[in-house]
Amino acid sequence: MDGELSPQDKKDLDKFIKFFALKTVQVIVQARLGEKICTRSSSSPTGSDWFNLAIKDIPEVTHEAKKALAGQLPGIGRSMCVEISLKTSEGDSMELETWCLEMNEKCDKEIKVSYTVYNRLSLLLKSLLAITRVTPAYKLSRKQGHDYVILYRIYFGEVQLNGLGEGFQTVRVGMVGTPVGTITLSCAYRTNLAFMSGRQLERTQPIMGIIIDHFVDRPYSGSSPLHPCNYRTTGEDDGGNFPSVDDSQEVCTTSFSTSPPSQMVIPSKEGGIPVLPLHPAPGVQADGERVPTCNLTDMNQHAATTPSSSGEAELLSKSSEGKSGTPQDVLETTFTRKVGAFVNKPASQVTAANMDLPFAVFAPKIVESEDTDVMVNPPDSPILESPLHASLHSDQSSGSSGLTQDEFVMVELKPAFSKDDFLPMDLGTFYREFQNPPQLSSLSIDISAQSMAEDLDSLPEKLAIYEKNMEEFDAFVDTLQ
Amino acid sequence: MNCRSQILELTVEARQIEETVLAVLHTVLLHRSSGKFHYKKEGTYSIGTVGTEDVDCDFVDCTYVRVSSDELDRTLRRSVGEFKDALRNSGSDGSGQISLEFYQKKKSRWPFSDECIPWEVWAFKLNVVNLANEQERQICREKVGEKLGEKIINIIEVMNRHEYLPKMPTQSEVDNVFDTSLRDVQPYLYKISYQITDSLGTSVSTTMRRLIKDTLAL
Repeated sequence: MDGELSPQDKKDLDKFIKFFALKTVQVIVQARLGEKICTRSSSSPTGSDWFNLAIKDIPEVTHEAKKALAGQLPGIGRSMCVEISLKTSEGDSMELETWCLEMNEKCDKEIKVSYTVYNRLSLLLKSLLAITRVTPAYKLSRKQGHDYVILYRIYFGEVQLNGLGEGFQTVRVGMVGTPVGTITLSCAYRTNLAFMSGRQLERTQPIMGIIIDHFVDRPYSGSSPLHPCNYRTTGEDDGGNFPSVDDSQEVCTTSFSTSPPSQMVIPSKEGGIPVLPLHPAPGVQADGERVPTCNLTDMNQHAATTPSSSGEAELLSKSSEGKSGTPQDVLETTFTRKVGAFVNKPASQVTAANMDLPFAVFAPKIVESEDTDVMVNPPDSPILESPLHASLHSDQSSGSSGLTQDEFVMVELKPAFSKDDFLPMDLGTFYREFQNPPQLSSLSIDISAQSMAEDLDSLPEKLAIYEKNMEEFDAFVDTLQ
Repeated sequence: MNCRSQILELTVEARQIEETVLAVLHTVLLHRSSGKFHYKKEGTYSIGTVGTEDVDCDFVDCTYVRVSSDELDRTLRRSVGEFKDALRNSGSDGSGQISLEFYQKKKSRWPFSDECIPWEVWAFKLNVVNLANEQERQICREKVGEKLGEKIINIIEVMNRHEYLPKMPTQSEVDNVFDTSLRDVQPYLYKISYQITDSLGTSVSTTMRRLIKDTLAL
């Protein structure tokens, strides 16, 4: 079979398939980064844009893809798969979709490799770009952040669709026939994005109703770790294209001929592309176990390295601060957040009562310093879940800790919008006094304890006194008129 | 050869017309646009790079991908704007059809003008409804988003059948196959036209047929 394909054609075809696979992975992962993608058209070919499409190359993704391929090409029985999954801040994960690049045995001997196959692969990539915005996981990935992140995993070999739940759908992106087989690209995606059920009793309430269907602690049979989709390397911020530099510095074919195939000339400019220095973010290791955090202003630290038996790398959501430690700490750091005003102390005493107080939410929040805050340093795992649960639950209610101040020691109260100590009476003091005014004396209990009988008994005496002073009273009334 | 045609149909609210039509047109043109050709000697040519851009819709729960070419986007928006106005002017609850036709030019000898031979036609039929309250509009937003996603998948399915495409032209023939007027990308020659039917479902007596895009206005 291969004998009919010229060596040059075979070489070209292998190159096309390899770079098509790499670009496919880039498109899929970039579509799940959670941001809109925009690349510029360029009328003059640079020689580095494979398939005449401006698709940026994230170096880590290329690295992972090459690692998964391990020098092989997708072929018959050897599929390249990109698995997209969702991982909540509680550690539950769910597979959302699996993109499969496969090859079947149906060959198209007549097709022109370096022209028709190339153009059709380009068309297929365009279709992939469009379809990745249409599957359900796209919307989820655009909303990732605090509560969940989207991860990807690349593997090579047999397609595994077990994790997609019942009733998963498959959509075919397209097919391209080649002399050695037909390349097909398809996506199997989960449709059952139901709320948690059953297991709820064992776990805390989900935050804001995260869509979770199952959360098996997945035994990763393969060695391919999960990677987050929402990270950036510093190199990416430079903008523009950087060609995927691989060992042989191959560049793509951008020249075509309108003359008959036998005279086709394809100048390939191997070795002519300058090697762009890759800009790995500090701390990134080649094995992909640590990944840099994304480019938000509150993210200066790197994600924790979590030692796990399966070599799984985890990135935390955008709100996390990096801390190294056990998975438990990792779990907890995703919830670390600055304690702002009106944040409830995460204690079990928090009640939704005392709502009848006006401005209950402004009631003095018993805020301890961060060191003793349960949210930041959970004492141990059994308690870990309930404070988180309680704090999150109470975030949604406007209940306050309208308890008496006797139970807590006020360390510091920072009411929002108050200036610091210009007046002797600051806002915090005002709140305190306002919320706990002294009882009116007339309403005090002593008075009400008096009985009616006593009142009646004292009446005649009072009447006698008033009659004696009647003249004074009359004179007083006259002065009023 | 026979011209293949595809019809897509969708029911939308008036404010969704523009975005749904643009989503469909851009998805088709994404697949039918190439980078700019640069012809070199010896009959070879190289192709420029096509960039892409994600566009979020405001009134429909959907994101589509378009070619990164502001010129092309402006041209399409102009056509779609006219279609939308015509639809709205025809009264409420009407329907209309906007067509995107890819054609090739065939030079004829004088005094005959060049022939335009279509090879692919995409017709997008829209039924416009009016909704009473915000809740219905919200449901409509999501439903139309889903349906639009399905249409995009339909378009991609057709595109990947790899049916007839015009042969790659020589330098002298390129304007008969491609629209070379844009600076950054090169779509196949296309024209957009539309038809409005009133709410009774019959063709309006004065059927408006306008050729919005014609590269060679002779």
